[in-house]
Amino acid sequence: MSDFPFLSVLTVAPLVGALVVAFLPRRRPELAKQVALGWSLLVLALSVVMWVSFQVGGDRLQFRESYPWIPAWGVRFTFAADGIALVMLMLIAVLVPLVILASWHDADGGSGASTVSGRGPGADAEEGAARAGALASPKRSVPVYFALLLVLECTMIGVFAAADVFLFYVFFEVMLVPMYFLIGSYGGHQRQYAAVKFFLYSLVGGLFMLAAVIGLWVVGGKTFDWQTLTQVDISTGTERWLFLGFFLAFAIKAPFFPFHTWLPDAGGAAPAGAAALLVGVLDKVGTFGILRYCLPLFPEASKWFAPWALALGLIGIIYAALLAVGQSDLKRLVSYTSIAHFGFIGVGIFAFTTQAGTGAVLYMVNHGLATGLLFLVVGMLIARRGSALIKDFGGAGKLVPLLAGVLFFAGLASLALPGTAPFVSEFLVLIGTFTVNKPVAVIATLGIILAAAYVLWMVQRTTQGTLNPELATVEAMHRDLSLREKVVVAPLIALIVLLGFYPKPVTDVINPAVQATMQDVGKTDPAPEVGSVQEASR
Amino acid sequence: MTELKLPSIDYAALSPILIMLGVALLGVLVEAFVPRRHRHLTQLSLALVAVLGALAMVVFNAGERLVTIGGAIAVDGPTLFLQGAILVLAAMALLLIGERSVERGGAFVAHAAVTAESADDRRQAEGSNGATEVYPLTTFAIGGMLIFVAANDLLTMFIALEVFSLPLYLLCALARRRRLLSQEAAMKYFLLGAYASAFFLFGVALVYGFTAGMPGRAAGVDFATVHAAVKDSPASPVLLFAGMALLAIGLLFKAAAAPFHVWTPDVYQGAPTPVTAFMAACTKVAAFGALLRVFHVAFADAAWDFTPILGAVAVLTMLVGAVLAVTQTDIKRLLAYSSIANAGYLLVGVLAPTGEGVAGTMFYLAAYGFSVLAAFAVVTLVRDADGEATHLSRWAGLGRRSPFYAGVFTFILLAFAGIPLTSGFMSKFAVFGPALESGQAWLVVAGVLTSMVLAFPYLRVVVMMWLSEPGDTTPTVAVPGGLTATALMIGVVATLVLGVLPAPLLDLATDAAVFVR
Repeated sequence: MSDFPFLSVLTVAPLVGALVVAFLPRRRPELAKQVALGWSLLVLALSVVMWVSFQVGGDRLQFRESYPWIPAWGVRFTFAADGIALVMLMLIAVLVPLVILASWHDADGGSGASTVSGRGPGADAEEGAARAGALASPKRSVPVYFALLLVLECTMIGVFAAADVFLFYVFFEVMLVPMYFLIGSYGGHQRQYAAVKFFLYSLVGGLFMLAAVIGLWVVGGKTFDWQTLTQVDISTGTERWLFLGFFLAFAIKAPFFPFHTWLPDAGGAAPAGAAALLVGVLDKVGTFGILRYCLPLFPEASKWFAPWALALGLIGIIYAALLAVGQSDLKRLVSYTSIAHFGFIGVGIFAFTTQAGTGAVLYMVNHGLATGLLFLVVGMLIARRGSALIKDFGGAGKLVPLLAGVLFFAGLASLALPGTAPFVSEFLVLIGTFTVNKPVAVIATLGIILAAAYVLWMVQRTTQGTLNPELATVEAMHRDLSLREKVVVAPLIALIVLLGFYPKPVTDVINPAVQATMQDVGKTDPAPEVGSVQEASR
Repeated sequence: MTELKLPSIDYAALSPILIMLGVALLGVLVEAFVPRRHRHLTQLSLALVAVLGALAMVVFNAGERLVTIGGAIAVDGPTLFLQGAILVLAAMALLLIGERSVERGGAFVAHAAVTAESADDRRQAEGSNGATEVYPLTTFAIGGMLIFVAANDLLTMFIALEVFSLPLYLLCALARRRRLLSQEAAMKYFLLGAYASAFFLFGVALVYGFTAGMPGRAAGVDFATVHAAVKDSPASPVLLFAGMALLAIGLLFKAAAAPFHVWTPDVYQGAPTPVTAFMAACTKVAAFGALLRVFHVAFADAAWDFTPILGAVAVLTMLVGAVLAVTQTDIKRLLAYSSIANAGYLLVGVLAPTGEGVAGTMFYLAAYGFSVLAAFAVVTLVRDADGEATHLSRWAGLGRRSPFYAGVFTFILLAFAGIPLTSGFMSKFAVFGPALESGQAWLVVAGVLTSMVLAFPYLRVVVMMWLSEPGDTTPTVAVPGGLTATALMIGVVATLVLGVLPAPLLDLATDAAVFVR
């Protein structure tokens, strides 16, 4: 089974699905949703098979496939996955069906839109009745929305599966297009501004990377093959410039302070499902890129820039957390918490210990699950209320206890409460950093306290306390989680708890890849004992 | 009396040029003798047959590498590749020029002599059939371009420049609507073009003077002589530098490079859109074909002297094109500035002194030609009662009215912005790669930075079309006739195919990238 071309099939399958869905008749939106969901489940099933056939402790890059593309430039369709890519692929495969299910009614009317003025007429989220909110996104083609989600899945899988720098760049850039239209056409308030800002920021980063990609190609002897390029010796000056080109693109994508300003706008304006994918997966391309490209290809430069990167990470942790406390819009708040978490991931990567690195990769997965859940739940709340402003809620727990409970859980997971998956990763990052750089670890720990502040205060203001009388008048706020929504949140909750207590299956896959990456940078240290991981989880 | 010695002439190698010029002359006769109601069809089919015949001859000559007719014409890889590109793009442009169902009577004025804005003028704008002189004019222009990219001495090049420029000046003046704008454009183009030609001619004279000083070799302006003179002429290099600069002005004017670009927005806006498309695609190919030959063949050994200057021109061109594109409110002017910026990227390719640079530039020219023709084809379709609606604000909500054409245009804009899986990205890579390899990192950095700026105006149009609400003045998209639809589809499919599978054309360009002297 290991000869099966998993990665290329996984990349192409959603694209085929997208074409099928896009050409379904516009008058039968339900059919389009069902086909899209079925297709993404198919991708999930295939990913599970791939996960099982991955040999832990085998080669660093597995499932390698290579086909010629542009011989004149030495470009090939080369796919291969290491442990880091594998867990990210799995995350995508899990998240996309859930997002499709959660977005069931997002494209029907304006119900997914976070609009302040949409609260006049009863926000009939569940039935998705055509409701003409003044600022809500107008009625759009439903099949196209789900086709875009599938196109996005194709590009996301491709970007993690590529082992050819040119191919990676292609997916990295093309990924913008479906997301741009998801935000711009189906988003809420200020969607145009957010979509353009998102696109331009990412494109700017991408173009810096393009210059670096071409430079790498020239110094690397006209090949784009990742494995060949890791063997190339580059002079120090060139290496630093090339590193900078790649790092800028990834820092904008991740996003790290000070390149983060597009994320709250994009996250705030995107429909909840797309926002969950944006923050849960798309942004991970940045941190993944640093691990896969910056560190192994430019080890010297990585070490040289590491103090700066650590500083950016720390600033991100503190600064974004402070901003998150002050947000009045739920989706923007969640976006800011993500920026703080990306700071943690950045610190974990640039601490250059296997422990912190494993923690960072695990954080990428756990953050995808926890923040994905948080975004989806917040989206459910907003769809009911017709507003994303925290002050429009208050005491919602009395009306929708189950939904409020899930929100509380998602919040706790995102502040890394012991027993939830993010705790393991945060803990690994912190102790891994502490062994080599105590001040950084200490400052980063402050972020945990701030996380508690912004999450708990947000939960308190929305679901606890006295019931906001205006809230009670909104009919949809009396409807608790539907079966569909339960199906969306249940797997995520299960995974967060499971990985919180037993992260071994994931860490086993991640560890060798991270260790190899750290060896590329010339840092070797013993892999963290599995015992310590489990200890951390208790 | 000594016997006149005739140079040997390889008619087969010259046949594409001969076919185009011959059919152009035939077209003039058709104007005189064929009844008015048959002229349009006759002329259009004649021109298309000529282009396809010439294209067939180019393919037939594919392996030829020779200099013929006394050293005036070189038929080599770049010549054949560029002639092929010009002919394919010209065929598409002819389809746009021949379209008569989108607007009654076509895009051209019926009687160019009628006073603009008069009652007669309004009557003819209502639907009398457009003048058919445009076909011989276009065919002459194509013939001139074919000579221009093949010219192996500076005088032939000058004559070719005139042969393809003069018809273009006329074509610019022939718009059916907004005739004052069109005539103004033609006047501007003609005057500035005439100056540029004069500069070019003066440059030829100076270069001739420079070659005169060589012992044991006659003076001349054929590229072999110039090349030898650059290597070891004892004459003052001032002559060479001044000559090179003046020649470059003439060529850069046609290529629409800053600071010789000022005519471009006005002419692109005023000219009938099919002619604009023809200029944007084919004139670009011809101008850069000539630039490649002059700087890679004649002046190759002076690369150290001209690269910094031309590099500065390239950077300025990219900057001017990108920055001014941001402020445009008219789609045709926006595309004009985009075309200026693209001239800058092409110059980056020209300045890479390797075969790969030549190949990359040629690939870029072909790929850009397809995209820009498709873009202008869409512009001809978006219209209201007063003709084309070119103001950008009018395009708001177009995606809602006609998702298909808005989608096609979005795709082309993404190609211009250099998003992967479009030919625009591959072309950028094709010129930036060789440039970086030959140590021109500053040009690549400038190219990348201006690409960021340039992405904004394209994105603004996309936002206009998709994310804005349609207003009362949002025009409808006319159903294209078969001709426009064919041209549009060829352009879009080529943009996609060259973006996904560029290898065949790239290999063709790489194999063709060797000049003969």
